[in-house]
Order: sequence, then C-alpha cells, then structure tokens
Amino acid sequence: MLINPNEILETIRMVKMEHLDIRTVTMGISLRDCSHPDIDIFNENIYEKITVNAKDLVRTTEEIQNLYGIPIINKRISVTPIAIVAESCKTSDFVSVARTMDKAAKEAGVDFIGGFSALVHKGATKGDLKLINSIPEALASTEKVCSSVNVATTKAGINMDAVGMMGDVIKKTARLTADRDGIGCAKLVVFANAPEDNPFMAGAFHGIGEPECVINVGVSGPGVVNAALRELENPNLTEISETIKKTAFKITRMGEMVGREVSRRLGVEFGILDLSLAPTPEIGDSVAAILEAMGLERCGTHGTTAALALLNDAVKKGGAMASSSVGGLSGAFIPVSEDAGMIEAVNVGALSLEKLEAMTCVCSVGLDMIAVPGDTPACTLSAIIADEMAIGMINKKTTAVRIIPAPGKKVGDSVEFGGLLGMAPIMPVSKFSSETFVKRGGRIPAPIQSLTN
Amino acid sequence: MTSSRFIITVIGSDRVGIVARITTVMANFNVNIVDISQTIMDGIFTMIMLAEAPEETFDHAAFQATMASEGKELGVEVKVQQEDVFRFMHRI
Repeated sequence: MLINPNEILETIRMVKMEHLDIRTVTMGISLRDCSHPDIDIFNENIYEKITVNAKDLVRTTEEIQNLYGIPIINKRISVTPIAIVAESCKTSDFVSVARTMDKAAKEAGVDFIGGFSALVHKGATKGDLKLINSIPEALASTEKVCSSVNVATTKAGINMDAVGMMGDVIKKTARLTADRDGIGCAKLVVFANAPEDNPFMAGAFHGIGEPECVINVGVSGPGVVNAALRELENPNLTEISETIKKTAFKITRMGEMVGREVSRRLGVEFGILDLSLAPTPEIGDSVAAILEAMGLERCGTHGTTAALALLNDAVKKGGAMASSSVGGLSGAFIPVSEDAGMIEAVNVGALSLEKLEAMTCVCSVGLDMIAVPGDTPACTLSAIIADEMAIGMINKKTTAVRIIPAPGKKVGDSVEFGGLLGMAPIMPVSKFSSETFVKRGGRIPAPIQSLTN
Repeated sequence: MTSSRFIITVIGSDRVGIVARITTVMANFNVNIVDISQTIMDGIFTMIMLAEAPEETFDHAAFQATMASEGKELGVEVKVQQEDVFRFMHRI
C-alpha cells in the first residue's frame, strides 16, 4: 500500500478526535460592476451578481466534504467593500444594501457574508461615512451580514476621527441588539492593515486588488496541534516548535488540496489558503490549551506572550513550506469567547485585557470576541481600538478589535452567543478616562517604518 | 484530475463477519480492492483497504451511505475517503 496505515489512522484521528476541519470556504465576489446611482437598481445588481456566482458554492463544498471525509464547517461569501461600490448611490444610508446582502446570502445558503465595509485609514469619503453610520442598524436588522472598518495602516497612520466614531458605532450596535446581549458587535471588526483576501469572518471582504471571483480557504486545527504537543515526552521548546511546524504543514497540505478542488469544480480561481489556528468552544480545540501544553499553568500567566510568539511563528513556517498560496491572516487566533481554555483562564483570573493586548503583538489578529461591561464609555472603546491599531501600525501587521459592550452586564456576568461564537465572561476595563485623548481627533501620522520607498 | 481510488477504513470492536459484509457491499457497487491490511490495535479491529471504483457510473454518495449504514449494523465505523487526502497530507 502506497500510504502507510499509521498515516491513514493519523489523518482519521485528526478529524475525528482532534476537530481538524476546513473552517471555511469563502468565495470572494467583486461588485465593482454593480454600481448605479439608483439604490434599488444597485441592490438588484448585487443580488444578481452574488446569487449567480455563488449558486453552486454550497453544493460543491458539500460534495468535496463527502469525497474526502474532511468536514467543511462554513461556506461564506465576501464582497467588495460596500462603501466603494455604493458610493454613487443617491441615498442617505446603506441599510437596504445590508438587507440585500442578507437575502442573497440566504438564497446562496451560506453561513455569512462579509464586506459591509469601509477603508478609511487616511480619511473618509461621503460614502464611507454613510456606511459607517449605517452599521448599527444594518447589523441589527440582518443575520448573516458582517461588517469591518479599516482605520489604520502602517503606510497611512491611524485615522483617529474614525477610531472615535467606531466607539460610538459599537455602542449603538450593542444597544440595537441588546435583546441578544449585543450580538451585533460580534459581526463588526475594526482593523489595522486589513488583509484583502482573508476568508475568516467577521473581517472578510473582497479587496480591490482581487480578481472578479476567487475561492479562499481557511483551515484550522488547534486541537491537532494541542494533541501533537501533548504526545511529546518532556520536550524542549525547539522540539515543540518543530512539532508545531510539522503539524501545520500537514494541515495546510490538506487545506490546499481541498481548496484547489473546490475552485476547479466551480471554475473559479483559487486565491489563498489561510492557515489560522481558530479555536472552537469544543474541549481541546483551544489555543489556550496549546499554550498550556507548552508548560504554562494557565494561559495569561507570565510567559504566555513568548509561548504564543513561538506558536504563531511555527504555524507560519509550516504553512509557508506546504503551500505557495498562503495568505490572509495565517497564524493563531485568540478569540476569548470561542476558546474554552481562554474562558477558563479569564474566570480563574489568569487572563486580563492587558495581557491579551500584549499577546496581540505576536499573533495574527487582535482583541477578538471580548465582552466588556455594558456601561463602558464609547471613548474607552475607541481608546482600546487606538491601542490595538498602534500595535498593528508599528509592527506592520494586521490587528483587529471585535469587542462587545454587553448591555446591562457587569464584571462577573457572562454572555452566551451560542454556536461557534461561544460564551464570554465580562472583562473589566480601566476606570480612568481616555476621553480627552480620543476627542482630539486628527491623525496619528504614519510611522517611520512606512518610509520604505 | 482526481484519483478514483478510495481509502476505506473500518474501525470498531471485532466480531464475526465484518470483512464478509463490508466486501459484499463493495462487490455490489463493483468496487475493486487494490490492497488490504487488517490489525487489532488495543483490542480494536482496524481494517484499511485501498479500493478502486469504476470511473463512469460510480455513485460515490450512494456507496458511502450504504457502507456507513452497513457499518452501523455491524457496530463499526466505516469511512470512505478519496485517496488524495492522505497522499497530499503525508507525501510531497
């Protein structure tokens, strides 16, 4: 037999016991040819474009799932940032566009649609402002629509006016979805250096440098890495790094094969493979568990940032060797509510917002799925965003904030979102004000790192 | 082009007739066994087969469903997976 039985059983164990999966197959669709001054015609155009392109997406991914016996958890769509394509519409807001996206996503049978987005890192156009102001109602009145706003890049600096606005937008979104613990905020990401080809939600959009239609694949497998590390007997950190690298390599190879087959069958270009360790609430399928497997008593204690840096780097190295199409975020995610180990670490007092912020310096995203008290002022949320954007800007990496000021909740409570979004304990924020700083507005200039030309 | 070969794994507690019943289903679907290996690991019956399906008329979904339900009756887990998934993961 060409393939060793142990290898076959290893693959089966990864899927069955260790929750290895293709987390998402995301179809990116350009809406640039849909623009029209009449918002109703524009909405018809985008509905048509999305549903025609994605009509076979779900069926095809399900066929591939059955053929290979590898679960494909989510099917998603990302579109060109709506602020760009709807800019010319003569209308006061873009809520109807979000509703049209929601309808198209339901027709296509996908789990989420991303791209209710604006890129305002250096400044906002009229269309950008309309989009940002539409976000709370758009997220409250749709189920599948995800929104993102890029407010900073290494090249442009941080648009602090936009950062200031986003604090208010997040508060309002929470208020409008107060009956569901502010779940609207779980579908809203504020970015620095947002990638144009990220398949993961809530931050996916189809960048303006992307082709007409593309398939991007997100693979996950914290459970597999966790299990591989726990099999090692008293390893040193070099051996740990080596094991993570090998495991990441195998996972990436599988993802690439699946992605290419999906794109071949759909006749759509294959874009990128994003190998991100994205945890789920399942026990063991946890990034915190990996860090603890390295020898930390609890995720969040001293040493956590170093352990996460090792993990993130080894994942990238393994992924980069396995595929020539690695892109998106590719690293480790640390969404608190979606990771049973992180939740536990918060509950026992090992993990704080401040430590999470430090961790985001060395992993692939940022402060993700963090619930804070409902009475947190908007300017404190903006200041949290500003800190995170600064980390992204200076370190030339993507950072993001997805934070939920859960209405009516205080420290000690928790919010339950269900499914992959999980459960979040309310984390305390600083009681000291950042208001004057945030309200100054203007722009934090691009750092010296941007002067590379 | 993808391969028409499958890895079939049967995992569960050992009992009389597993091989006979599984291979009968395969024969009914005109699926040929290219290679077969069988071991008992930690008391768990593990059979791995490399099988080849006829190109044209083969109904993969129906084969998979029938194999799974046969497995259920036998109290074992039967998986039918395209060979490429293992080849890609473990071979460069």
